[in-house]
Amino acid sequence: MSSSKQAKKPSIGVFKFASCDGCQLSLLDLEDELVALTGAVDIAFFPEMSSNMRKGPYDIGLVEGSVTTHHDASRIHEIRKQCRTLVAIGACSTAGGIQALRNWNDSKQWVSHVYAHPEYIQTLGMSTPISEHVPVDFELRGCPVNKRQLLELVSATLTGRKPNIPTYSVCMECKRAGNVCVTVAQGIACLGPATQAGCGAICPSFNRGCYGCFGPAETPNTLILVEQLLAHGRPAEAVTRDFRSFNAWAWPCREASENARLA
Amino acid sequence: MTSSGEPRKKSGTIKVDYMARVEGEGALFIKLKNDQVQDVKLKIFEPPRLFESLLRGRHFTEAPDITARICGICPVAYQMGSVHAIERALGITIHPMVRQLRRLLYAGEWIESHVLHIYMLHAPDFLGYRDFVELAKDHPEEATQALRLKKLGNRIMSLLGGREIHPVSVAVGGFYKTPERAHLETLTEDLKWALDVAVAKAEFLASFEYPDFEQTYEFVALSHPNEYPLNEGRLVSNKGLNIDASQYDDYFVEQHVKHSNALHSVIRGRGSYQTGPLARLNLNFSKLPSVARQVAEHCGVRVPCLNPFKSILARAVEVVFALDEAQRIIQTYEPPPAPRVAYDVHAATGYSITEAPRGIQFNRYSFDENGLIQAVKIVPPTSQNQKRIEDDLRNFIPSIVSQPVEEITRRCEQAVRNYDPCISCATHFLKLTLERE
Repeated sequence: MSSSKQAKKPSIGVFKFASCDGCQLSLLDLEDELVALTGAVDIAFFPEMSSNMRKGPYDIGLVEGSVTTHHDASRIHEIRKQCRTLVAIGACSTAGGIQALRNWNDSKQWVSHVYAHPEYIQTLGMSTPISEHVPVDFELRGCPVNKRQLLELVSATLTGRKPNIPTYSVCMECKRAGNVCVTVAQGIACLGPATQAGCGAICPSFNRGCYGCFGPAETPNTLILVEQLLAHGRPAEAVTRDFRSFNAWAWPCREASENARLA
Repeated sequence: MTSSGEPRKKSGTIKVDYMARVEGEGALFIKLKNDQVQDVKLKIFEPPRLFESLLRGRHFTEAPDITARICGICPVAYQMGSVHAIERALGITIHPMVRQLRRLLYAGEWIESHVLHIYMLHAPDFLGYRDFVELAKDHPEEATQALRLKKLGNRIMSLLGGREIHPVSVAVGGFYKTPERAHLETLTEDLKWALDVAVAKAEFLASFEYPDFEQTYEFVALSHPNEYPLNEGRLVSNKGLNIDASQYDDYFVEQHVKHSNALHSVIRGRGSYQTGPLARLNLNFSKLPSVARQVAEHCGVRVPCLNPFKSILARAVEVVFALDEAQRIIQTYEPPPAPRVAYDVHAATGYSITEAPRGIQFNRYSFDENGLIQAVKIVPPTSQNQKRIEDDLRNFIPSIVSQPVEEITRRCEQAVRNYDPCISCATHFLKLTLERE
């Protein structure tokens, strides 16, 4: 039989932790490439797309979401064992997500704000990225991830090359888009100088400041950025909030938010 | 899970530990005793992210960006819900063209979300496939057209909001930036193609076999004097409900049940209700454009339509509506004088209800004199439908109880998907367990 001689298609598993589903939806949003993609790889586990859920091991594991429960804290170890290459996709899995705001607060009190019976709810006091629990082979940033970058990442992993994902700041993309700097021209607070590119500088293109959803760029100078934001008259509490959003638990954002708070 | 080869027992448990083709993490638990349904539980184990708590202390201008993250499939619903509640609290009147652009953005989300659910998540149930990839092999034309339709919904959102998931343009008072007319007109050709396809392909969906199952529902939806509802209207039902968003808490109550991280919403004194495409269609049929009404009639959907499995046809009719509405808005669009209106901040509380693709979502925002949020309540559509889904299953199972466990399980999952449950939203929602005693 010729089919048994054909190379086995690489298998992909898609796993969800605490998240909005947006990053895995990015796979289904690859409308032009979806049929080709499902032909090139074996989607072995992707519950949002298919009832056909098969056991590992998998060649590539894509993990969306942050760890917020005891069960998930042990589940990620099982998934790591099953995946040859493990990739964290999106701000929740790479930095804890917006739900990591609980890390500065009493999460028990937060649960009781939302639920009549807090005793029914099992949740950890912290929301943490995947890399705090298991070794991760690559982290794809963004809230949500850019679907082109996601496709590049999967293609690169399948061919065994390094993915072409730039780590420079949003400013580079903004200049390339031909935008006039919203901070220089209008005094609008913008996190672009310290935020990793990948979105296509959409916020400045829509005449607003970058709100940092792709997380810190490589070696971000957040110290100077905090000073600049304060010097432009932005209140310290607002600057603290600026850095405490979708990537709040990423170390440079934590540090910057703390610097602003103490300013 | 019991294999199909095993002799069928009259008592036992059916479990689906991780429900596929729904958005988020949930499970189903069904307990049978002598072929009688003892218990049905839709379990939501999606971990809570505590949005209503994390919004406290944030400035209201941050709410549209933060609440979008409740759901990657319907971010616009939460953006609209937050800005409308905040604008109402501050007495802001938005420009009529801004209002039209918001309807266009929401129409884009309806198209993307509905086409995703119709073809990729629900149609495989009716045709006996495990997923869209299997469907695409046997029905390549339908699959290709569905992907192109979905892509158009996404293009509308990207054009107005920079990207389809968590768009960045929605602001309190309007938008950060509004498009030029020529920019919107780039959608015209595709919209014309899409409307023809959406009308033609409804027949493909109507040819599916529909279970003979009808229920007496209380349908709840927004109602607007002269529009099919999206962002605005009174909340009405077929049992006499007719209230303003600010009265929501007087009529609806959320119950916290042990088996779910999603709260169950019920109407005080009456119980479960249905919201979403079938409810909207039943309560607002006359407000649909004639092209959408014709598609409904052509598909054999007559109101009142009480068969929940026909919600897939209601979605198809709404895709036609949303495409027609997008065309209408683009044809009459003139850029507003400013992207957003100026406003003064004061302490206030505001309410809103909007129609997300899968049903109504309620919002209450209170903030102080500096605009810092003090309290928020958000009731997503899936927690409103959750009790009704359990009621449907309880009444549906007797008609399929003599079938093999695998078939019961498959049919139950299909019945749950009638509601396009979005579990990520509802947590604060699925696994199937069938237990026979």
